[in-house]
Amino acid sequence: MAIKAQLFITCLAEQFFPGVLKRMVGLLERLDVQVAFPEEQTCCGQPFFNSGYRSQARDLAVKWLKVFGRGDGFIVSPSGSCVDMVHHHFPELFPPGSPEHRRAVDVAARTFEFTQFLVHQLKITDVGARFSGRVTYHASCHLLRGLSAREEPKALLQAVQGLELVPLSGEETCCGFGGAFSVIYPEVSKAMMEAKVRAIESTGADVVAAGDAGCIMNIAGGLRRAGSSVRAMHLVEILAAGRGAS
Amino acid sequence: MNQLPTAINFRSNTRQVPPQMSAAVQKATAKFLGNRAALVDALGNDYWQVLRQAGHDIRLHAITHIAHYLEQAEQAVTRAGGQVHWARDAEEARRILLDIAARHRVKLAVKGKSMATEEIGLNHALQAAGIRVLETDLGEYIVQLKGVGPAHIVVPAFHLSKEEIAALFRDKLGVEAPAEAEKLTQIARMKLREEFLAAEMGISGGNFLVAETGTIVTVTNEGNGRMCTTVPPVHVAVVGIDKVVPDWESLTVLLKLLARSATGQKLSCYTQFISGPPRSAAETGPAEMHLILLDNGRTRILQTPECRETLLCIRCGACLNICPVYNHVGGYAYGYPISGPTGVIFASQILGPKIAGALPFASTLCGACNDICPVKIPITRILLHLRRRVVEGDETEPATAPASLRLGARVGALALGSTGLYRLGSRLLRRMQAPFVSVGWMERVPAPLNRWTMSRPFPAFAADFRQWWRGRHLKARHE
Repeated sequence: MAIKAQLFITCLAEQFFPGVLKRMVGLLERLDVQVAFPEEQTCCGQPFFNSGYRSQARDLAVKWLKVFGRGDGFIVSPSGSCVDMVHHHFPELFPPGSPEHRRAVDVAARTFEFTQFLVHQLKITDVGARFSGRVTYHASCHLLRGLSAREEPKALLQAVQGLELVPLSGEETCCGFGGAFSVIYPEVSKAMMEAKVRAIESTGADVVAAGDAGCIMNIAGGLRRAGSSVRAMHLVEILAAGRGAS
Repeated sequence: MNQLPTAINFRSNTRQVPPQMSAAVQKATAKFLGNRAALVDALGNDYWQVLRQAGHDIRLHAITHIAHYLEQAEQAVTRAGGQVHWARDAEEARRILLDIAARHRVKLAVKGKSMATEEIGLNHALQAAGIRVLETDLGEYIVQLKGVGPAHIVVPAFHLSKEEIAALFRDKLGVEAPAEAEKLTQIARMKLREEFLAAEMGISGGNFLVAETGTIVTVTNEGNGRMCTTVPPVHVAVVGIDKVVPDWESLTVLLKLLARSATGQKLSCYTQFISGPPRSAAETGPAEMHLILLDNGRTRILQTPECRETLLCIRCGACLNICPVYNHVGGYAYGYPISGPTGVIFASQILGPKIAGALPFASTLCGACNDICPVKIPITRILLHLRRRVVEGDETEPATAPASLRLGARVGALALGSTGLYRLGSRLLRRMQAPFVSVGWMERVPAPLNRWTMSRPFPAFAADFRQWWRGRHLKARHE
């Protein structure tokens, strides 16, 4: 029986990187995953939660849990931070013992970030991708420290044919996005982003890959403003490359 | 920093950070982190994690049973001949200390490094009472000469170059000062030696307070702290009530964690144990020893379960060293002597959201602080609660964020929570952005997103996945 996965597309990926989502569908289907897309889904509430608006976050979590709780199988998302929200913060939003809490815990256990889904659920590190170029990897904070995915993304990249993975100095240092932080403290966010861009530039890589749309919009924008030729790509785009992706 | 803050504007502070600050800070923090990592490797990460958990459990136990251990400590200090004072807040602590100083007609007080005395603005109060107060920790001595507070809780003057310090010495001390570390230290040493002998009072903090024996523990690298607690005839220690630990066995675990995390040393050069004044004529040391136990909002922190682990902190500074925000702005931007992630969670609660409401937002929530903390304080979880306190209010404080922001959040959540409105919003944004978009990016956009585009372009809204998915399914059905 095919493995089933519901797509949790996340606001930022939907608004800014729809190509990532389409490629993710293609890649999952190629790996014999039966993909479903719950169309009622909206935001998981993370921006509200992270800014302190606990009651708005709770409302959005209730809706999210209703939408995804209906389906069965795994829930898969190309975002470390949104999955971290579901995993670690949804259960905190409801009193232990309440039906919402039970549902949050149950749904969280089925929700996976894309690279962890591949490596731990599908048990695949070589997805059969081909990508020629030097690629460096930026570890997105919530993927790395929230979900403890230190090795999975790099293992997947390393298995890509033709790809040379080059180390990034300060790989695990935040790029300065931080959601609302980037507009509340724009000067600090800028300094952090520029430090990240300089580190990326000095690797000599053609591409910097990351696992969260927030970091990618920040880093890609920074590279563009700096006139850099390095491209920022989502991990999914690289893992889906070279084989019949749409 | 001698005067306590009345309002902290983190953004405006960050804009005043001198451009060379970030490079100086990063150079120093990289060194500390490198030394720390080597020692953690030498112990082995598995054992380090065991120690961290033990440190966490010991500290959490101590602050959970704080009344018991403080009473035990008080009795032990009193038995040993020391005098214990309880200070509810900064004002009371200053008054107690000034009273002691007045009784002894103190004209000059020498100080060892202490964050608790920074917290209560002690130097300012002493000076106002006509008492000269001299910082003797080399870093504190330098920043005091400069007329500023500590830029880092462990290494207060680490952002200053040898050249800057030499110029400061020439200017303030009127001496020939070459830009060489050893020579500069020698100058400070000579100056301080006279002061130690002249001072009528020595003031210290305390890294720990061992309850079973009433022992004040100070951890330093220069020995000047020890001069303060041994040479003048009166010693006053100002210690936060959170510093209490049950016994010597628990202390050893914390000492093992502290110096490794702080400066990347197995143990600092001086770990001093003070258990009361001399008991006989054969022993030397200050005839009088006072311990001021400082609350200043700590019991209030304990009353909020989500935040109480704030008080586990052993002030090692590792979270400052790893914090990307701290590394770019340095300590002064926080507007409080205790800076960086641990300073943010502490100051936000001690000062309250009206004064320090900006601080909980001075973080990207990257979580590096959680992972490096030697006593496993869940710093970002506490930050999230403190943000909530600002925008929503909690059991201890009403909301202080502007009503317009809160209304905006409510409207935003309603729109994002409705599939119909969300999709409508996606479509509208794609239309409205048209005048700003050029090849997939917006170089300049209206407020508030112009704060984003001042440093990088904003990507164009491009949501078409839902249509793509529908189209694909319709096609599949027709085939």
